Amino acid sequence: MDYQFDFSVVTQNFGALLQGLLVTAELWVICAAGGATLGVCIALARLSPRRWLSLPSLVYVQLFRNTPVLIQLIWFYYAFPIVVGQQLTPFVAVVLGLGLNTSAYCAEIFRGGIISLTRGQWEGAKAIGMSQSMALRRVIMPQVFRRMLPALTNRVIEVGKMSSLASVLSVPELMYQGRLLSSTFYRPFEVITTLAIIYFLLIFPSGLFSRWLEVRMARGK
Amino acid sequence: MVRVGGTLVNYIWDFSAVFSHADLLILGLRNTVLLAIVSIAIGLAVGLALAALLLCQYRVPRYAALAFVEFYRSTPPIVHFFWFYFALPVLFNIEMSPFAAAVLALSTQSSAFYAEVFRGGILSIERGQREAGSALGMTKAQAMRRVVLPQAVARMIAPLVERSFELTKTTALASTLAFADLLYQAMMINSETFRPLEVYTLVALMYLILLTFASALARIGERRAARWR
Amino acid sequence: MNKPILSVTDLHKSFGPQHVLKGISLDVQAGERIAIIGGSGSGKSTFLRCINFMEMPSQGRIALDGHSLGSVKQTRAGETRVNYAERELCQVRARVGMVFQQFNLFPHMTVLENVMEGLVTVKRAAKTEAREVALSQLTKVGLSNRLDAYPSQLSGGQQQRVAIARALAMEPEIILFDEPTSSLDPELVGEVLRSIRVLADEGRTMLLVTHELGFAYHFATKVIFLADGVFHEVGTPEEVLKEPKQQKTKEFLRRFNEFAF
Repeated sequence: MDYQFDFSVVTQNFGALLQGLLVTAELWVICAAGGATLGVCIALARLSPRRWLSLPSLVYVQLFRNTPVLIQLIWFYYAFPIVVGQQLTPFVAVVLGLGLNTSAYCAEIFRGGIISLTRGQWEGAKAIGMSQSMALRRVIMPQVFRRMLPALTNRVIEVGKMSSLASVLSVPELMYQGRLLSSTFYRPFEVITTLAIIYFLLIFPSGLFSRWLEVRMARGK
Repeated sequence: MVRVGGTLVNYIWDFSAVFSHADLLILGLRNTVLLAIVSIAIGLAVGLALAALLLCQYRVPRYAALAFVEFYRSTPPIVHFFWFYFALPVLFNIEMSPFAAAVLALSTQSSAFYAEVFRGGILSIERGQREAGSALGMTKAQAMRRVVLPQAVARMIAPLVERSFELTKTTALASTLAFADLLYQAMMINSETFRPLEVYTLVALMYLILLTFASALARIGERRAARWR
Repeated sequence: MNKPILSVTDLHKSFGPQHVLKGISLDVQAGERIAIIGGSGSGKSTFLRCINFMEMPSQGRIALDGHSLGSVKQTRAGETRVNYAERELCQVRARVGMVFQQFNLFPHMTVLENVMEGLVTVKRAAKTEAREVALSQLTKVGLSNRLDAYPSQLSGGQQQRVAIARALAMEPEIILFDEPTSSLDPELVGEVLRSIRVLADEGRTMLLVTHELGFAYHFATKVIFLADGVFHEVGTPEEVLKEPKQQKTKEFLRRFNEFAF
């Protein structure tokens, strides 16, 4: 191995990477927040006794969870415009694909959290005279939330990782900027290694935070 | 040509152009399955070795394995694909085929996840089980083999299957390295037929069927592994 | 007096800064049945678990049939340490049976397989022979009709009886019972105690940690009251349970009998 390392391509073009990082952050926040919000609605539909609500949401969840997310992005960019008769920008296609994908996963997390609660909690709340809505607010939801939080933060971390796929549709986020640098200056080793390190620095602390939460929640705090 | 501007109501679906390239899709499916199986096999083997290191009583190998696992869990797969395909060959001045790069990327990343599953499965067996074994006079190795592992393996199957599904979905990234997997073939067909809605919907359904079929198989295996519950 | 089959000398056990056992010595003669009582956290279970090395003693020696276990090593600081080889520990454990509070049956094996396991894996007995032994032990605890059931299909009392049969199948010289009825529903306690009583009638050597003082009174040849990591009072059931001399023992028994009738 007599390879000459030269990280100047990275240091001199760090601005480009930072710009990409901003777009990554944008995607991350929009898709995670949007996905989680939509996920609540889908979870409620999934739990509904009405079949015309629960069945479509089941299909929705299964579709998004059992196909590669890359295909979803590509589908929303190339195929979805035909459905709606409107060309989408790559950014919008990614937000749609990633956001809907995330909503399907979040829906399963919410649903699991709600059905995992034992009847004893409802009964305990009723036994001290709480109304249905009071029990939901004071007893059920805090526990559901606590139980779901670790899975939810994990999902948010996944969104961060998946946002790198936007580079395939030429959305100028971190990965795309890196690919551009790498091919322009032909320094793939330095650039891609730097990308890996940046992603690690973003995602590893989030993972630590998620695990810290998990331990805290498990202790019942 | 694609009729952008119409809506789905008056869109005429036409799969004939796509079906005339069925041979390409079948080749893609074959390559996807092959890539998944090879990567799962290597990932499991490496994951097992990593788990052994993670459970090892010496600090240096344990921390080394932990660093590996944490790194791969905390970076996006596409970075690994590009790193193995573009960066590694430059470093060592070697040729790397898209298939080899994809296998390396998929199996190293999944080995990190598999290792966590193995480790978690073994640690999840209650201390009393190991104690009951040694109270009968079993050696540590016997208690591991006869008491802990059979129970741990049963608990590992579901998360291992889930991980393998994740891996199978991630194989689609190999298309970015121009490996002729299902997604790549779809892109090729699309560029010839200009039928993105048909092509990509069909390919998404093929993944759906592939994974549903595999999950049915996995569920049968799971039930047989834990008939005592 | 005969030579004791088990002899514990100056046993200490610490968990980190916590000094749980503070110098315990005990000789057990063949055929003795010793009940160990005491409050929670007094170290009774820890004492029992040190005897078959489920916990490693921090200090002190244990001798089985007159043979001291482990080998003494001098550390460089001039202290003495007792080292145990894994093989020796396995041999000891095969000779000393243990019944756990939580049963700890192997959930992936049937009742019969659970009882055969030690014979086949540890004693390398032939399957047919192991099966015969297991059958006779399971008959003794009244479970010969549930051979192919899995532990999850049994009640707690039945599970504990299987655990007793599993320990017995090894033909142990001593059997240790670690609160065998503490995690059972009250109506299931009786069936387990009856099985233990059958063993008593066979003249087996047993150590029993228990909260069932009534059973201890009828079952034991000797009762030990353990508190603060030492033996506070040792004597016949009559002496310790009916006419305790120590203040601590009296208080313990009074608290226990508060709601007796």
